[in-house]
Amino acid sequence: MALDEELQADPLFAGQSGAAFEWLCRIGDSTLILGHRVSEWCGHAPVLEEDIALANTALDLIGHTQMWLGLAAEVEGQGRSADDLAYRRDAMAFRNIKLVELPKGDMGLTVMRGFLFDAFHFELLTRLTASKSPRVAEIAAKALKEVSYHLERSSDLVVRLGDGSAESHRRMQAALDHLWPYCGEMFWGDAVDDAMDAADIAPHPAELRDAWDAAVQDVLGEATLQRPETRLDVHLGGKTGRHTEHLGYVLAEMQFLPRAYPDASW
Amino acid sequence: MYAQMVTSEGKAPGEDLSPEEQAFQDRIDAGERIEPRDWMPEGYRKTLVRQIGQHAHSEIVGQLPEGNWITRAPTLERKAILIAKVQDEAGHGLYLYSAAETLGVSRDELLEKLHTGRMKYSSIFNYPTLNWADIGAVGWLVDGAAIMNQVPLQRTSYGPYARAMVRICKEESFHQRQGYSIMMKMAQGTAAQKAMAQDALDRFWYPSLMMFGPSDAESVHSAQNMAWKIKINTNDELRQKFVDQTVPQAEFLGLTVPDETLAWNDEKGGYDFAEPDWEEFFEVLRGNGPCNEERLGARVAAWEEGAWFRDGLSAYADKAEARRNAQVAAE
Repeated sequence: MALDEELQADPLFAGQSGAAFEWLCRIGDSTLILGHRVSEWCGHAPVLEEDIALANTALDLIGHTQMWLGLAAEVEGQGRSADDLAYRRDAMAFRNIKLVELPKGDMGLTVMRGFLFDAFHFELLTRLTASKSPRVAEIAAKALKEVSYHLERSSDLVVRLGDGSAESHRRMQAALDHLWPYCGEMFWGDAVDDAMDAADIAPHPAELRDAWDAAVQDVLGEATLQRPETRLDVHLGGKTGRHTEHLGYVLAEMQFLPRAYPDASW
Repeated sequence: MYAQMVTSEGKAPGEDLSPEEQAFQDRIDAGERIEPRDWMPEGYRKTLVRQIGQHAHSEIVGQLPEGNWITRAPTLERKAILIAKVQDEAGHGLYLYSAAETLGVSRDELLEKLHTGRMKYSSIFNYPTLNWADIGAVGWLVDGAAIMNQVPLQRTSYGPYARAMVRICKEESFHQRQGYSIMMKMAQGTAAQKAMAQDALDRFWYPSLMMFGPSDAESVHSAQNMAWKIKINTNDELRQKFVDQTVPQAEFLGLTVPDETLAWNDEKGGYDFAEPDWEEFFEVLRGNGPCNEERLGARVAAWEEGAWFRDGLSAYADKAEARRNAQVAAE
């Protein structure tokens, strides 16, 4: 198929490009910021195997970012690249969920956040492999292989640390309690998601909630951790550009070189 | 090299070898590989533990200066390459600690020695990475210098060490090319980027030459280690080779090596160059380099703050075993 035909056949490029761009940034920005947070562990992990595993996870997430933001830039059609989106937007233009921008905390927080996000990410990508958009389905299929492994690894660690020593149990419960009110944003949706759903590009995020609940409940049960009683959807807003104070610092650090030397190529 | 000034535990020159020691030396002279279950002189074992341990420590401390730029890498691709590289270094640490384990010393014992200052890591990692070109310079110069030493070590007499080195060398030469690619981009970039590249070369040139250690042509330790094929070339030979390889690369980049005395010497077929400041080198080894405290502090903090994590995993493993035993008993 010629390129033009291919583009026309992909609903991502057909009339919904504003919503599609927003939606792609929500995924790509979330993998970027989480990748950034995970990469902060490089050289500082509690055991060498974790240094390797965390670097590997960060690397996967940055790889996904290149694909999602690359596609977002293409859909936008303004001549921007994935790097332009990552490095030249300010916080209010970022669309990641707040969960991923919270500081890395201790390993308990990092492992628990990884797990809560992986369980969602796995469901999302699984559904996206059946997207009507071939481009989305293709990226999802690639990313799903890696994310399946992320979920397997983080589930295993949550179980081991939750049902480990009194101290590891305490830390995992504290991390879970802290992160829980940020999790609802994964399932929050607006007109952007309605448009994606209507075009069969992506499921409405609310549809992923039951599968996530079940997966999380299984692992928490085995880990002897208590599912918090608090609301899941206390902290929303990241998907529409209202972030925590933390994101500005992440971007200040991440974007320093391209901002300070706008004419340079690297 | 990631192992500097490794003291040898061998016999003094002129001391007679026992029949066992002679047979061992004959095997090495015949180019045979020594394997973990083979008999070996205690001095050989101890010296290897020291060298492999120091090398392993260098790999994991070496994550820090480069890791320093992961969150600030200027493009997504550069970020991915850098993360992959730092991950490789951790992987090298893992192979090397495993090679050391075959000599009867655990990773935890070696780490304990590192954390208490009883074992060293390479002096080079006590220098800071101050601008993005440093990430290029570390790959080009530091990995370049390491490769000089590690390529011959693929033929070292101890099997597990030699085999680890084969894999490490493949990855290191890839890192060196990636480093050089950053330098190319910087040297061909804007005036500000060129200035960063020159600054990086200015700061990393002499510390890279120090990586080979002071001249050891007259050293007894060096002679014993060479007889055992734990060390293959003298420090001076490797340093000369490094300079001869690197100077044309710097010229190609349009950068100036910070050595006014640098000149091609037709007679020896190599460059004449200035020695690094060995006083500075010994000060760094004594703990007075620009980043010694931070580097070791970061490793100790990672270990101590991670104790609960390791203990938690052990506690789970113990419980899981107890549950399995109880189940077997019940059946």
